Amino acid sequence: MRAMDTLVQASNLGRRFGRRWAVARLDLSIQRGERLLIIGPNGCGKTTLLRVMSTLLSPHQGSIEWFGGKHGTRENIGMMGHDPGIYEDLSAADNLHVFAKLSGAGTEEISGLLSTVGLDERTDPVARYSAGMRRRLALALLLQKQPQLALLDEPFAQMDPGGIAQVSSAIQALPGAVVIASHQVQHAAPLCTRAILMDQGQIRWTGPATSAESAWHALHEERGEL
Amino acid sequence: MSATLRVLQKDLLIEWRSRSRTVALLSFAYTILLIFAFAVGPDSAALKLHAGAYLWLGLLLSSTLLLDRTMRIEFEAGAMEKLMLVPVPATGIFYGKAVANLIQLCIVGAFSVPLVFIVCDATMVEPFGWLAATVFLGAAGLAAPGTMYSAMIARLSGKQLLLPLMLFPLVVPVIVAAVKATSLTMLGDPMNQIGSWLTLLACFNLVYWSLCGVLFGRVVEA
Amino acid sequence: MKAKWELGVGLFGLLLLIWSHYTGLFVAPPEAMMGDVGRILYAHVPTAWVGLLTYLVAFIAAVGAIWTGRWAWDAMVEASVEVGLLLNVLLLVQGSLWAKPTWGVYWTWDPRLTTCAIMVVAFGVVLTLRRQIDDPMRRLTLSSVATIIAFVNVPIVYLSVKWWRTLHQPYSSPDTVDGSMVTPLRVAAFGMLFLATGFVVRRWRQVNTRLAIEVQAPDLPEEPKPLHVEESK
Repeated sequence: MRAMDTLVQASNLGRRFGRRWAVARLDLSIQRGERLLIIGPNGCGKTTLLRVMSTLLSPHQGSIEWFGGKHGTRENIGMMGHDPGIYEDLSAADNLHVFAKLSGAGTEEISGLLSTVGLDERTDPVARYSAGMRRRLALALLLQKQPQLALLDEPFAQMDPGGIAQVSSAIQALPGAVVIASHQVQHAAPLCTRAILMDQGQIRWTGPATSAESAWHALHEERGEL
Repeated sequence: MSATLRVLQKDLLIEWRSRSRTVALLSFAYTILLIFAFAVGPDSAALKLHAGAYLWLGLLLSSTLLLDRTMRIEFEAGAMEKLMLVPVPATGIFYGKAVANLIQLCIVGAFSVPLVFIVCDATMVEPFGWLAATVFLGAAGLAAPGTMYSAMIARLSGKQLLLPLMLFPLVVPVIVAAVKATSLTMLGDPMNQIGSWLTLLACFNLVYWSLCGVLFGRVVEA
Repeated sequence: MKAKWELGVGLFGLLLLIWSHYTGLFVAPPEAMMGDVGRILYAHVPTAWVGLLTYLVAFIAAVGAIWTGRWAWDAMVEASVEVGLLLNVLLLVQGSLWAKPTWGVYWTWDPRLTTCAIMVVAFGVVLTLRRQIDDPMRRLTLSSVATIIAFVNVPIVYLSVKWWRTLHQPYSSPDTVDGSMVTPLRVAAFGMLFLATGFVVRRWRQVNTRLAIEVQAPDLPEEPKPLHVEESK
C-alpha cells in the first residue's frame, strides 16, 4: 500500500463545550514528515484541537479525516496530553511494560526508553514521582508507540533544563508527523517546520516556525500587553 | 479475547502492587461483620440463623469500595484515554476489568466465609461446593453491573453516593438468591432448593455480563 | 405551550376514571373475600398495568435514544420515566392502604409490592442522573443505559422475590375478577391509560422544547482579522 502523504485533513472544523466554541472554522492539513507548532494564548483551543486530532473528541461541525481514510487511526496516533495517561500504582517500567503488552509490542526496549527520557528503573510507584518525571514517562509511552502522527500538548511544561534537552532530542527522533502545542516558543520552534497561531478557537496566522516568535509578539502588541 | 486477558493481567498487576489497599478492604469487610454481631447482640441463635445475610451484606458494602477504586485508577491520571488510543476495544476493557473485580470479590468472599463461621458460630450442613459456587456466582453478579456503573459515574462529582444508589436496587436478585443459597448450605436444604437459587444467579449473570459488555463502549466514549 | 391533542385525551381519561371509580365505589358488588376493601382494585390494578406500560415505553425510548442518538427519544425517556415513577409511587401508597385492613400491616413482602419499591429507586436514579449530568449527549447515553438496565431487571427482581416469598406462607392477592366488576375495571384501565398518555405526551413536548434550546448550536465567533507579522530575518 502506498504511503499516504496527507495524514490529517480538517475542514471547517468546529467543536464546542456548552455554548462556547472552543475551535471554529478550522482548516488544517498535516503532511507526512511535517512538524507543526501550535501557539496561542490560554484558552485559545490548542488542547481541544489536539484532542480532536487524536480522535478522543468528535467534531460538532465540519470534518476531519486521517490517513486518507485508508487505514486504522488510533493505532497510528500517539498523544502526550495534559494527563500523562499512566497508572499511579505502578512503576515507570511497569507502565511501559503494561502498554507494550496491550499493544502487542515487545518489551525489550523499555530500559532504553527510560534512559532516553531521563528516568531510571526504580520500582517506586509513579504516585511518588514529581510532575516533571510523570511527563517524562508520558513521553516515553509516546516514543514506545512510534506513531505516524504524534501529538504533544505542552511537552516542555514542568521540565528542568536537562529535561527540555531530552524532550527536544526525543521529539527530533520521532518518525512520522509531529504536532506540538506549546507556550515555550523558544524551545519548540527550532524543532518545527511550520507554525500556526490560534486565538479564540480560530487560526489567525500561519507561517514558518522561525517566525512563530514574531507572530506571538504581534498578538501581544495587538492586545496591548506589551 | 486477548485484549481481555491483557487488561485482566494489567488490573491484577496493579492490585498486586497496591496490595496494602487490599488489606484495608479485607479489614473493612471484617469490621462490618463485627458491627453486625454487635448490633444483633449476643443472641447466638439469631446470629447463626442469619449468618448468610451478614456475609452478603458485608460483601455488598465492600464491593462498592472495591468497584469505585478499580475504576478510579483509570481516570485519575488519564489512563483510560490511553487505553482507548492503543486501541483496546471497549469490550476488552470491560471484561478484563469485570473479571479482575470478580477475582478480588472472590478473595474478599473467601476471607469473609471463615470469619462468618467463627463470629456467627455457623456450621456447614450441605457440601462445601455449594457455598463456593454461591460465592462465585454472587460475586459475579456484583462484578459485572458494578464495573459498568463505576465507569458511568467515575467522571461525575459526588460519585461516591451514586454507585450504591445505582447498584443496590439492581443487585437485589443477587442478594436474595445468594443469601438464600448460603443460608441453605449452613442450615440444611431438605427440599433441594439450592439448585434453583443458583440457577437464578446464573441467569442474572448471563443477562448482565452480556448486556453490560454491549453497553460499556457507549459509556466510556466521550 | 399550545394545547394539543394530548389535553383532550387526558381529560377524556380523567372522565373515564371518574365514572369507573364512582361505579367501583358505590355500584359494583363488594369483593367476595375482601369486602369493600377490595374496591381499591379499580384504582390499584389500572395503576399497575399503566405504570408498567409507561416503563416499557421508557425502555423502548432508551433503546431508541442509544441507537439513533436523537433528542426526541431522549425527551421521551425523561417524560415516561417521570410519569412511570409517579404511578409507581402511587402504586406503593395504594398497596399499603390495601395491606393494612387486609393483613393488618402497612408493608408486606408481597413480590409485587417489593418489586415496586425497588423500581422506585432504580428509576428514581435515572432522573437523578439526568439532573447531575450537564453534557446533553452524555446525559442521553447514561440515562438510557440506566433505564434499559432498570427495566430489564424488573422481571428478574419480581421472580426472585416471588421465589423468596414461596418459602413462607403464600399471601392472597386478587387475581381472577368477577363479571360484574370487569366493566368498571376495564374502563378504569382505559381511563388511566388515556390520562397517563396525556401526561407523557405533554411532558415530552416540554422536555423536547427544552432540549432543542439546549443543544442548539450557538453562533460561531466572528472571523478574526488577520494578524500582521513581520517576517524574521
